[in-house]
Amino acid sequence: MSGSGVAEAPAPATGVETMTYREALRLAMRQELERDERVFIMGEEVGLFDGSYKVTAGLLDEFGPDRVRDTPISEEGFVGAGVGAAMLGERPIVEIMTINFLLVAMDQVVNHAAKIGAMFGGEVRCPLVIRTPNGAGNQLTAQHSQSFDGWFAGTPGLKVVAPANPADAKGLLKAAIRDDDPVLVIENLPIYKEKGEVDVDPDLVTPIGRAAVAREGSDLTVVAHSFATVRALKVAERLAAERGVSLEVVDLRSLRPLDVETVAASVAKTSRVLCVEEGWPSYGVSAEIAARIQHACFDDLDAPVERVGMAEVPLPYAKELELAAMPTEERIERAALQVLGLAG
Amino acid sequence: MAVIDRTDSPLDLDVDDLFGKYRTMFLIRRFEEAAERQYKAARIGGYCHLSSGQEAATVGAVSALEEDDLLVTGYRCHGFALARGVPPEAVMAELFGRANGCAHGRGGSMHLLDVSRGYYGGWGIVAGQLPIAIGMALSLVRRGKEQAVLCELGDGAVNMGAWHESLNLAAVWNLPVVFMVVNNLYGMGTSVERASAEPDIFKRAAAFRIEGERVDGDDLEEVEWAAARLLRAARQERKPAVLEALTYRYRGHSVADAGLAYRTKEEIEERRHEDPLVRTRESLEARGAPLEGIEALEAEVEAEVEAAVAYAEADAPPSVDRLAAGVYAAGSEEQFERMRPGSPAGEEELVFAGGLGK
Repeated sequence: MSGSGVAEAPAPATGVETMTYREALRLAMRQELERDERVFIMGEEVGLFDGSYKVTAGLLDEFGPDRVRDTPISEEGFVGAGVGAAMLGERPIVEIMTINFLLVAMDQVVNHAAKIGAMFGGEVRCPLVIRTPNGAGNQLTAQHSQSFDGWFAGTPGLKVVAPANPADAKGLLKAAIRDDDPVLVIENLPIYKEKGEVDVDPDLVTPIGRAAVAREGSDLTVVAHSFATVRALKVAERLAAERGVSLEVVDLRSLRPLDVETVAASVAKTSRVLCVEEGWPSYGVSAEIAARIQHACFDDLDAPVERVGMAEVPLPYAKELELAAMPTEERIERAALQVLGLAG
Repeated sequence: MAVIDRTDSPLDLDVDDLFGKYRTMFLIRRFEEAAERQYKAARIGGYCHLSSGQEAATVGAVSALEEDDLLVTGYRCHGFALARGVPPEAVMAELFGRANGCAHGRGGSMHLLDVSRGYYGGWGIVAGQLPIAIGMALSLVRRGKEQAVLCELGDGAVNMGAWHESLNLAAVWNLPVVFMVVNNLYGMGTSVERASAEPDIFKRAAAFRIEGERVDGDDLEEVEWAAARLLRAARQERKPAVLEALTYRYRGHSVADAGLAYRTKEEIEERRHEDPLVRTRESLEARGAPLEGIEALEAEVEAEVEAAVAYAEADAPPSVDRLAAGVYAAGSEEQFERMRPGSPAGEEELVFAGGLGK
């Protein structure tokens, strides 16, 4: 019932700029708000307050309250409102302050948004975007430090992406907004301030379902996403310099669809795998990767697939305890050396 | 912010109009009876929630919709689909899980829909459809349309958080949505009195400073009159509202429930004296509709329901080759192409081979 709503394309801005992950997300939204009148942002404190994490800063002034809509603290209500608006052809971007609060709206995400295409026989679609950060490390304690990436990625009907750098933050968010299905964009608290080079071309999107080899290497494949990729890249640099070993880092970028082909091609080269994630590994993303690798790469493996994730406890407050639980560079390095047979 | 407990019925439908609405009510009753028989014969599976006894509330409210208004309901939805004009054979075929069902055999009894008629489902989680109706109303406002959303729910839904959140959003955003509470006195087997601290559900609208109105849900014209007025205010003035229709379901919560553990046979019998079909038929006769005309209509509807059953029986089941059809939008196959290695057993044949798009 909607027209395409797509504005005449202005002459594309081009060039590469250095910006933070947060700025890259904002650039993506600004470009899509300009491009398509069906796009609007909705969430707690996204407007007047400039966003809890300042991702939407300035957009209210630029686009007005119809396009950048503040909501009450009412996640089930406004996530569901996003679902309903999307069913009529809008392109809502719903911001959830952190992924912990998305649990309050789990029913709308899993029981509603994810089911619409299939349950109604393909008669109606739900092009909804939900953006929300996961992550830990600021002593935010048990209720505000979680990563549920695997929960959502395990739900048919959803698509889930988790960019690890500013370029992919811009590219994947744009892809999500243009996608005809519900897409959860998992951002990350510690990465918001990270800088990187971003091609500002408004037509450039990062395809959903394509992993990236973030660092080439030959001795061990580290499979990661989101902030775990940032950690893995640092470990890879250090081990190259200090131990002379070569780590290949595969950044998944999309969790559903999952690019197993790129992972498998890397494993075929290195024969050894370490999966790293910020969340709890049991039943998590790394569990899924390990299962697929043992099937797809059975003959390639020279060592069991190893995993590093959050220690399986509700995250404690005390700094020492929190740090001990996290998948730190030290823990990743130790695990990598173990898979390489260099531990000890 | 008036709170009205209305007992009069100023609407006075002409006889042809009333005749058509009685026909729809009678169709719903006969359809539900047929559905129960087919369920017991194991031709319908899953849950099957019947609405016999609620026809006046259903037809009255749907009659108040303009053609371009939108309708969203809970899972007791056969009657709403029929009242909105979804062909009985498409509804029955859906109950049978057939390819030409209105959701192509993928939704079943609880997930009927017909986008071409502005009917956006058929939702199975109590109160889950309320936030969705909010989003639809918001979309109508964004587009500057003078349209409204009618969101049906049961009395059991009003103690869910989604009810509170949705009424609040409707009020703070001035959305064109009318929440119609079909109060049939029981949420499954728990009476409104046992479940609700404020059993006068319409009064709860006051907490959100929106209008709440209660009507005799077995009085077709009263329901339609109230729904029309509230929908008009929603469309023209962006005023949300709650309309509570007091009614009764004769059958159990679903076909699997005999419906007697929490109420007596006497209670059900007593309610049958208020049967909305009988009352509407009496109105028709009182307005001079000839008896033979009414009887001819009833025979015609019975044949129509039989034809719907025959259609559903003859219709093919959806093709297993297309198991995953519609799970994702057309064009998603390319995104999923690289997910295939290491997939669980059967995934390749069941999901990837047939495609994900419709």
